[in-house]
Amino acid sequence: MSADALAPVAGPQPDSAGHFGRFGGRFVPEALVAALDELDGAWRTAMADESFRAEFGALLRDYAGTPSLLYEARRFSAKVGARVLLKREDLNHTGAHKVRNVLGQALLTKRMGKTRVIAETGAGQHGVATATAAALFDLECVVYMGQVDTERQALNVARMRMLGATVVPVTNGSRTLKDAMNEAMRDWVANVDETHYLIGTAAGPHPFPAMVRDFVRGIGDEARQQCLDLTGALPDAVTACVGGGSNALGIFHAFVGDEAVRLYGFEAGGDGVATGRHAASITGGSAGVLHGTRTFVLQDADGQTLESHSISAGLDYPGVGPEHAWLHDTGRANYLPVTDDEAMAAFELLCRTEGIIPAIESAHALAGTVALAPKLAAELGREPTIVVNLSGRGDKDVHTAGDYFGILDKER
Amino acid sequence: MSRIGVAFDKARADGRALLVGCMPAGFPTVEGSIAAMTAMVEAGVDVIEVEIPYSDPVMDGPVIQRASDIALAGGVRTADTMRIIEAVAATGAPVVTMTYWNPVERYGVDVFARDLASAGGTGLITPDLIPDEADEWLAASDAHGLDRTFLVSPSSTDARLAMTVRHCRGFVYATAVMGVTGARARTSDAAPTLVSRARAVTDLPIGVGLGVGTGAQAGTVAGYADGVIVGSALVRCVLDAPTEADGLAALRTLSAELAEGVRNPTR
Repeated sequence: MSADALAPVAGPQPDSAGHFGRFGGRFVPEALVAALDELDGAWRTAMADESFRAEFGALLRDYAGTPSLLYEARRFSAKVGARVLLKREDLNHTGAHKVRNVLGQALLTKRMGKTRVIAETGAGQHGVATATAAALFDLECVVYMGQVDTERQALNVARMRMLGATVVPVTNGSRTLKDAMNEAMRDWVANVDETHYLIGTAAGPHPFPAMVRDFVRGIGDEARQQCLDLTGALPDAVTACVGGGSNALGIFHAFVGDEAVRLYGFEAGGDGVATGRHAASITGGSAGVLHGTRTFVLQDADGQTLESHSISAGLDYPGVGPEHAWLHDTGRANYLPVTDDEAMAAFELLCRTEGIIPAIESAHALAGTVALAPKLAAELGREPTIVVNLSGRGDKDVHTAGDYFGILDKER
Repeated sequence: MSRIGVAFDKARADGRALLVGCMPAGFPTVEGSIAAMTAMVEAGVDVIEVEIPYSDPVMDGPVIQRASDIALAGGVRTADTMRIIEAVAATGAPVVTMTYWNPVERYGVDVFARDLASAGGTGLITPDLIPDEADEWLAASDAHGLDRTFLVSPSSTDARLAMTVRHCRGFVYATAVMGVTGARARTSDAAPTLVSRARAVTDLPIGVGLGVGTGAQAGTVAGYADGVIVGSALVRCVLDAPTEADGLAALRTLSAELAEGVRNPTR
């Protein structure tokens, strides 16, 4: 396996202004352009710098615990009717793929000479990862979190505070991730000289979508080689959940050039896309501009952002990274919705068959895989091999899942 | 020359800066916003900036966001904004529109430009649309004879400043501070420098916004800029008032104070 996490691979790139086809770009106040240009320059310089790549690679290996395992889930596979290989990003330090991105961006923050990072978080996973990297790199850290999310993810709020971060509950708008992102943008506009906005997914204005993808693409690089080592062949399909979409891009990227490998992104279908209560931006949204980029957005006839809904706070976002919008446009990747109930059924199935409690985000990828397996088997005339990105662990979701299954003591 | 340009010229001939007052369309209601903007004109505001409310206004501080939320909760639509512009333009004051890009794109860029022009609007201020991404708007504003105001910022490089003002028509919006809308206790030290940097690369009038809330501050900004843009402080008059009549009274008082300020520049 390559020790160099940032070596170039063939595959789609944005143009120099960050456009993926008709998506991407920069739709930001002029005040931020200088900072985005600085970041773009620092990122490109760092990518070409062997010492940066070595430092990033060492952090991933020695601190984050990657390469993560590719685990053959035999009991789950037997229930599903496919050979299911789980990319165990849940085993990374802080419990999700996100640590890769924050370590990369924290290193860049240091290189740019900035002393403060801000972040937005939904489920709290990115906030925890950012607070972790900030502690490691001795950076001041402020995390914006919708007030609704601070309530449903109280444990992660406590974690961030233990790590020394300031958590700011956002009471504007729908009081969820979208509004936390607005507040972080406002903070950034006002404090851009000493502050880096450590965006948690492959969304936002250029260069964030491409930069975040490059920091997390080790997921796919590793999985591709691990699959070859384990099975002697590439998988038939790669699946992942899609909120903003960083874990999905991270695992897709290495396979984009492998045309025989099908790519599936599973969006949060909530109560069902037809009900309007969902977070499936590609399936149930339309092209628009949100949070600095052109992409698919949940919006009304006037372009006002609609509130999203998902049982998973981490997927509860009315937009999606622009590269996903482009992969959808070009047909290279398929995007399908998974309902809350389907995700929770798959959540339970993985718990009971493998002794692994997945993040509810990742349970969407598992549920999509359950639905995909028989179709793919019928089409191929054999048992398919499917690599699923198990993007995070479910500790933070135990309360939500406990409520859902009615297994919490009522007195508590 | 654009209608805004004529207004700036006239003010300049009178030895004063132009006062631009901002109010979200449909706040507190469609009729209420027409009454508010009319009152502002009657009390001495020269140009009305009608902000189309948007769900995710990242350049705006808490006051304008709250007003926008109230307008949206009241059901205001982009089409209502056109009616509001028509009513305010009937007062004789030039009306300029401000909004984030997604509502324009969703309305249809060319249709928006056509309807804005026919409602009597003079142009559009785009806080999150930079010239780099504005090809469609450049074409539509040309086709319908509308001004376009892009923002320049203290952080803009010389090259970006020159590029941005080259794409402006009517006036240039200089953001006085690094930050979002909202009145501040002190006016910005960065603004005079930014204005002089912009003057070096354009003959267009330069308006300064963000952070201005009192007559004295307006006088300070009028000392070096062609236009003084006030939003949050005016919006707060309506937001904090116990009744609509009280809100209009407060709005008249502040508008008159600001109008006095731009006539007494501090140099």
